[in-house]
Amino acid sequence: MTDSSNRVNSGATEPEPVEETETHLEPAPITVTDLSLSFGDLRVLEDASLSIEPGEFVGFVGPNGAGKTTLLRAISGAITPDSGTVTIDDTDVHAVSSRASSRLVAVVPQDTSLSFSFPVRDVVEMGRHPHRSRFAAPTHEDRDAVERALERTRTTDLAERPIDEVSGGQRQRVVLARAIAQETPALLLDEPTASLDVNHQIETLELVRELVDSGRTAVAAIHDLDLAARYCDRLVLLAGGTVHDSGTPDEVLTADALAEAFDANATVTTNPVTGTETVTALPDATAVSGTGAEQPGESAASEPGDNATHAHVLGTGTTAASAVARLATAGYDVSVGPVTPGDAAAETAARLAEGAVSASDSDSSSRTVETVTVEPFAPLSADDRAALESHITQADATVLADLTLTAGNQLVLDPLESVEQPIFVETTPLTERNGVGAAARERYEACRERGVEVGLPDLLAGVEGVLSGSGLGTVGVDSSSPAVEADEADEADESDEASGRGDAVQESAVSQEASDD
Amino acid sequence: MYQPGRTATWSAGLLVLLVAVVLVSAALGPVRIDPVTVAMAALNAIVVPTGVSVTSSSVTVLGVAIPVLVPAFEYTAVFSFDVAGSHQLIVETIRMPRIALAATVGFSLAAAGTVMQGFFRNPLADPSIIGVSSGAAAGAVAAIAFPAIVPLGSIHLSAFVGALVTAFLVYAIATEGGRTPVATLLLAGVAIQAFLGALISYMLVHSGDDLRQAVVWMMGHLNNTTWSDVGFALPVTLLGVGVLSAYVRELNVLLLGEEDAHHLGVDVERTKLLLLALASIVTAAGVAVAGVIGFVGLVVPHIMRLIVGPDHRILLPTSALAGASFLVATDTIARTGPAEVPVGIVTAFVGVPFFLFLLVRREVHSL
Repeated sequence: MTDSSNRVNSGATEPEPVEETETHLEPAPITVTDLSLSFGDLRVLEDASLSIEPGEFVGFVGPNGAGKTTLLRAISGAITPDSGTVTIDDTDVHAVSSRASSRLVAVVPQDTSLSFSFPVRDVVEMGRHPHRSRFAAPTHEDRDAVERALERTRTTDLAERPIDEVSGGQRQRVVLARAIAQETPALLLDEPTASLDVNHQIETLELVRELVDSGRTAVAAIHDLDLAARYCDRLVLLAGGTVHDSGTPDEVLTADALAEAFDANATVTTNPVTGTETVTALPDATAVSGTGAEQPGESAASEPGDNATHAHVLGTGTTAASAVARLATAGYDVSVGPVTPGDAAAETAARLAEGAVSASDSDSSSRTVETVTVEPFAPLSADDRAALESHITQADATVLADLTLTAGNQLVLDPLESVEQPIFVETTPLTERNGVGAAARERYEACRERGVEVGLPDLLAGVEGVLSGSGLGTVGVDSSSPAVEADEADEADESDEASGRGDAVQESAVSQEASDD
Repeated sequence: MYQPGRTATWSAGLLVLLVAVVLVSAALGPVRIDPVTVAMAALNAIVVPTGVSVTSSSVTVLGVAIPVLVPAFEYTAVFSFDVAGSHQLIVETIRMPRIALAATVGFSLAAAGTVMQGFFRNPLADPSIIGVSSGAAAGAVAAIAFPAIVPLGSIHLSAFVGALVTAFLVYAIATEGGRTPVATLLLAGVAIQAFLGALISYMLVHSGDDLRQAVVWMMGHLNNTTWSDVGFALPVTLLGVGVLSAYVRELNVLLLGEEDAHHLGVDVERTKLLLLALASIVTAAGVAVAGVIGFVGLVVPHIMRLIVGPDHRILLPTSALAGASFLVATDTIARTGPAEVPVGIVTAFVGVPFFLFLLVRREVHSL
């Protein structure tokens, strides 16, 4: 009855009636009320309540052991809760037969034991089981549903292959096809992307998104927060067996919520490509520095009343990005530069800056991240130079993270002269990073002589050491500034020339490559 | 997708094979009778009821005589081919009951084995995996060695009851809170089998002159078969396999795992109980009359799975029919050799090397 009415409805709304008519379903609302469940003495779910609107794609996120899978299993009716109810389309799934519930909700399990050689098509056909009577042969409807499900998941080519001879990604699609063939108004997926490569992850979630858009309610436990934010309409953050938070991805994925639920130190920024939230977990600063992540400045505050310590990072690329992230998360005010737009360090700093803004209402992570951005291949402008100088001279600690010396930026060596004990993080030898010659190398190495070298993991400890050893990370600004200015004036001309040469070299290299091709 | 026509074709082919094997088997023996004569004699033996009369009788229960009405049928032979009287007698009363029982037992064991392998998702499962055969053996040995103590007059009945009580016991032990985990069932079956093995040994030690009879029973035998044995085993087997064949799709879906099966609309615990009960009854019907005949229920489903695939909709009927032919053929070897041996020995002699061959070829690694 309902089938035929659905078909009529959708036939009117769908532009391609032949393909889509029967798969257009009326999505079902899902309501979970005060669900509690224990495995033996272990309380896995505790008064979990949530309601899911028809046609929503909801992601369950949360740390391992938060109860994501258990909640999914309780919703599907696979396990019976100690108390509380689950209704799908206003039907209590625990009060009806498995046949009745399997017509309401299809499940894509995390792993299916398919270690026997049924052909793929037969496995998909099993999705029709709830719709068939005991003795009847497959009907046209069954066959159509199976073929459509194969098509949608692009597994038609695999249909005759034994299921135990297809790859993990293909197998996941086959199981999804089985759930599609089940033609239920609700779909539950347990870690649908867990064992898939990045391409198949996207493919799978795109498909789920399509299914939701064509009239299904979907709930997925998803480990990957970025993917969850990208594809789900709403996220339910589970922690300790209960619903910690629920809402749109940008409402749920906040640094504070993640800190509470995951006990993790993470920043939430906007992915520049997808425009959705992206979560970057960072090493736990407390474990590295030995002091509270919020107050590293306690040991060496630069100014009274300002409890944040300022660190400046010189360098580009992933090493610098990592240094920036570590310092910022550990609670330092961080500045970085000179960097060009698009550089990993610049991107990281930008994200961290956003995170700092979004989290500014909580004083636990009130730190600033500033970036001195310069044009690629261009000499430092006077403004940039001034900004850099001020950052470096005011910084309590200066970190050189794989600093690449170019014609454009070698001026940064000048303010460095005034830094008593710079901190070096180097993952590649200077010879690979030096584009300007011996004079610059000597100055850089002289600088390194005075400084301390640390590996990236020990960065925070190194900074702490420098700060506590010298009290202040920089020498007095007053005494050194004349010399600095003098040097600067001398080399300004040189650098202009040098940058001109540098550009020429770059260009000729490019044209060389082009002609080679 | 599953094609019903394929199942019908395979089943028809195997049925033809079974008829051929039966005719050849009935032709072989101390007296050679050509298969055509055998066929005619077999057809002569077919009778249909043509009349019924009711006589009064009485049954004594606990010393009280209860009158009952017993219907008596009059039978008429359908065919009357000209077959020598001695040949008709040999075929009808000596060879055919035995062959029919072999076919029935082969059918039941192969069907039950198919169900158990699917149910347990384990290629080593056989019809007796939850102790049905051990229970039957214990019942039979008890009836043989201590006829005074075991109140169930016949050995068959005693074996049948022993088999079912054991199956129920294993199921009850493995069930907790309405759930019967397959692994627990398997382990409970192994434990009970070990216990019954010890019990049987104890009874054998104290069986005195009955030792030989008991040992021969346990080896699996089909000699001295009468139509009444067939009359007991065949209806139970056909009924059991008939109901099982209505659950072949559930068996397929159960192969995905119980949680998936639940999500696909299978009432898992009820279906498991039903499959287990039916497979145990069918097995019990077979072993109660024929003793413990090994390897039919293990090897035949494997071979058929290699040939027709894992889909139980085609696997169950074809395995059952192939099992019938297999046991008729092996029993023919058992009784026509220089000295008659229990058929259980022949099935193991034929079945084990073949199974090992499959194992070494890695064709039997999973379901």
